[in-house]
Amino acid sequence: MELFKNTNFDFLGKKWPFIGLSLVLTAAGWISIATKGMRYGIDFKGGAEMKLRFAQEPPVQKIRSALENKLPGEISVQQISGKPEVLIETEIKDEKELNANRQLIDDTLRGMFDSSASGMIDVNNSSSTELAERLRGPLQQAGVPLSEQDLQDLCAAISAYRADHGGILSSADELAGVKGVTPKVIEVLKANTVLGPFTILSTDVVGPKIGAELRRQAVLATLYALGGMLVYIAFRFEWIYGVAAVVAVFHDTLITIGLFSLFNKPISLTVVAALLTLVGYSMNDTIVVFDRIRENLKMVRRESLENVINLSINQTLSRTVLTSGLTLLTALALWLFGGEVLNGFSFALVAGIIVGTYSSIFIASPILVFWQNFRGTGKPVVAAPPTRETASQRKAMRG
Amino acid sequence: MSSNTRIRLLIILAVILVCIYGIIGLPTSKAELVDNWKKNIRLGTDLRGGSSLVMEIQMQDAFKGEADTVIQRLRDELTKASIPFTDLSRNDPTFEAASKIQVNITGIPGTKAGDFRMIVNDNFGSVWIMTTVNETDYRLTLKPSEALRIRADTLTQCMNVIEKKINSYGLAESSVQQRGESQILVTLPGVDDPARIKQNLKTAAILELYEVQGGPFASREEAMQSKNGILPLSSQILPSAVRGGSPAEFYILARTPVVRGQDLRDAKPVQNSQSGGWETNFVLTQDAAKRFERFTGAHIRDRLAIVLDKKVLSAPTIEAKISDNGVITNLGGHDEAADLALNLRAGSLPASLEYLDERSVGPSLGADSIRQGLVSGVAGVIAVVTLMLIYYKRSGINATLALILNALILIAVLSYAEAVLTLPGIAGIILTIGMAVDSNVLIFERIREELRAGKAVVAAVEAGFGKAFLTIIDTHVTTIVSCCFLFLFGTGPVKGFAVTLVIGLFANVFTAVFVSRTIFNWELAGQKRAVTLSI
Repeated sequence: MELFKNTNFDFLGKKWPFIGLSLVLTAAGWISIATKGMRYGIDFKGGAEMKLRFAQEPPVQKIRSALENKLPGEISVQQISGKPEVLIETEIKDEKELNANRQLIDDTLRGMFDSSASGMIDVNNSSSTELAERLRGPLQQAGVPLSEQDLQDLCAAISAYRADHGGILSSADELAGVKGVTPKVIEVLKANTVLGPFTILSTDVVGPKIGAELRRQAVLATLYALGGMLVYIAFRFEWIYGVAAVVAVFHDTLITIGLFSLFNKPISLTVVAALLTLVGYSMNDTIVVFDRIRENLKMVRRESLENVINLSINQTLSRTVLTSGLTLLTALALWLFGGEVLNGFSFALVAGIIVGTYSSIFIASPILVFWQNFRGTGKPVVAAPPTRETASQRKAMRG
Repeated sequence: MSSNTRIRLLIILAVILVCIYGIIGLPTSKAELVDNWKKNIRLGTDLRGGSSLVMEIQMQDAFKGEADTVIQRLRDELTKASIPFTDLSRNDPTFEAASKIQVNITGIPGTKAGDFRMIVNDNFGSVWIMTTVNETDYRLTLKPSEALRIRADTLTQCMNVIEKKINSYGLAESSVQQRGESQILVTLPGVDDPARIKQNLKTAAILELYEVQGGPFASREEAMQSKNGILPLSSQILPSAVRGGSPAEFYILARTPVVRGQDLRDAKPVQNSQSGGWETNFVLTQDAAKRFERFTGAHIRDRLAIVLDKKVLSAPTIEAKISDNGVITNLGGHDEAADLALNLRAGSLPASLEYLDERSVGPSLGADSIRQGLVSGVAGVIAVVTLMLIYYKRSGINATLALILNALILIAVLSYAEAVLTLPGIAGIILTIGMAVDSNVLIFERIREELRAGKAVVAAVEAGFGKAFLTIIDTHVTTIVSCCFLFLFGTGPVKGFAVTLVIGLFANVFTAVFVSRTIFNWELAGQKRAVTLSI
């Protein structure tokens, strides 16, 4: 099977509508950033973020008002769409609030749902060691013969069962099939533990200091990576190729960041990881095209640079589309099935791969032509590799 | 088959075997296989559940401590040499300006200037630099090299103390790592509510025993009044630890302790056989025990204050001569007694700690993440392989084999390098699958082009690999460069992503170029005169 067999599109002839589209996209994103602002994840702005899963539909409003009464500053309580999960975000202005803040959320939630008011341990929110600690005595009293190792294994098995079943047990009877759980053990569990209506999935507390540090590092890393690209491409090709490639990649980064603001998605550490990966990956298509331009420039000397570039893009079109398409497929798989945690990451990849592919054709290549036109109209010189320089110059004079 | 192809196949076979060994070892049963797999594929805290904490050492504490020691010693030396002075003080630098610590000396009479200089030079000249502020005032600042040494020492000491504390919990695979110049990263797998551990790590736990000179008093003022408003130089006032809502009381204590934190040899929680309450027993070093025995012998019926972190815990009366044993009573329960013992054993921190970042993941979210990672991985592989088979027919199988080997090498390298697999790391593996076939596509398209240009099959394959090679290197270098910056700047999970991606790309050069080529050679060698290639 073959797509794009012997195509002959005039890519450069149609560059303006596409450059226009790029400008519109970039402008839209940055206007959105200027007006709405950038949404940072807690990695960068600092704050506390707690994710809870409930057995039933979560009482979002109730949680919000309970927390607003106890905590200073901005608090956001949101239900994750389509799931009985709640994301609580609070801000932290000072490192000193770090501990208190988390503890306060914890206590408020526990108080609200009355899960451990009786002094009994909440199985849905305790680790296997805590469970073992609390069950040791009651199990002994109930006459369940267990060695210390058995007890640890039993509690580990209960925790593992809970982890595999969404983290929430609604009744101790559910545990009947778990290794080591006898009817007697269930009885002890029922008498000595409670099952709260929610479980804490994750907690992240980041001080503003680390946030600011990470923000600075993220920007620096991106700039260094772009600089690294520029140097490498300039070394392998010619400096104008490096500039063109870096401008194209920078354009991809800008548009992707803009999209995050447009869709109101928070920028987190993993998103920056995706952006940096894109800086490297978007380069790939550009290099494939540039490689071919260089090769063609050696062979067809009578053609104008514009024609050579068009020819090169057409020749490499099927591999450009295929390579990007295949990587896009895996990024899509991550986006669709990778879950909440990787959502921003995979969104950045999906958007970035699409924009990156298009920019290597419609942004990077036109820059080469612009440069040549700027240096002097009609001279089909620019680019051949250094070794070819003299030959092409000679030809330029003849032409 | 040519001997060249045979050698290539042997190399590939060897790589496969080494990889499989790295991942599952040499299992003799299914259970052992699963066991080895779990041991070799180390999951990060975001996948298996657990916490990671970043704390910053408040370096200024160490510098202030250093200055306080100088002030103490200088006061003694000046008194001994009968040099009068108005005041000895230090500034109070922030974290950022910790090494700008200064000791200010005022009111040294001009006639004693020479003696004063000599004393300072002899005692502190190797560490401090003295500048003259005016005729009577002087300032000591730290030598830059000494400031560096203090920072390094403080970091090492803090790491040691924290390691001891963490180890005493017996958590498997927990780790304490240095992060930057003044931060410590603690990873606690399996602990998703680190509140108690956090509190313990932060506790300075400096235990001191002092002679009681007066008290308890209801307030600091009252204590001062008992001494007619002038506190003797050899005394100090410390509050009692607040317990159960009763207000703090104040004691007048001797300034120098009888027993210091470093005099402790051991501490452990014990249950009082009579009251049933929990207590912490401590044992003194031989040296301190001698001192303590002498002191208690001379002070029978006097009171002794047990002071923890500058708070008086209790002030029992000395009933008899005590040598090397002591007990801290009146504790909240087993946990508190055990924690106190642990903190006493670990020793005190040279500087306080501030938490900057705390991340905990419960085991159920970790299990979800693994599941989602697997599903997206499988979906990605199926999509990529299907497309390759449709588009390149038989050669698609070639690419698929290379792809599988690529993933195998990647996982094996992670296992050999004892790297930790994080959720972004899994994303890195999945992304590698997508990027890995890119190289195959570049080569295959090149071969098609050569075939179209009329080259014979063998020559086309040769040219395809040859011409695509440099392009492949170029594309890989750019991604690896950006991953390096990602590694330098990223933290925990993100580093995991950068590592997997880079390993994947290196493995890819081997599989896409070497392995794929070998498979082609092998396939073509089978035909007498290679005329067709399913591509």
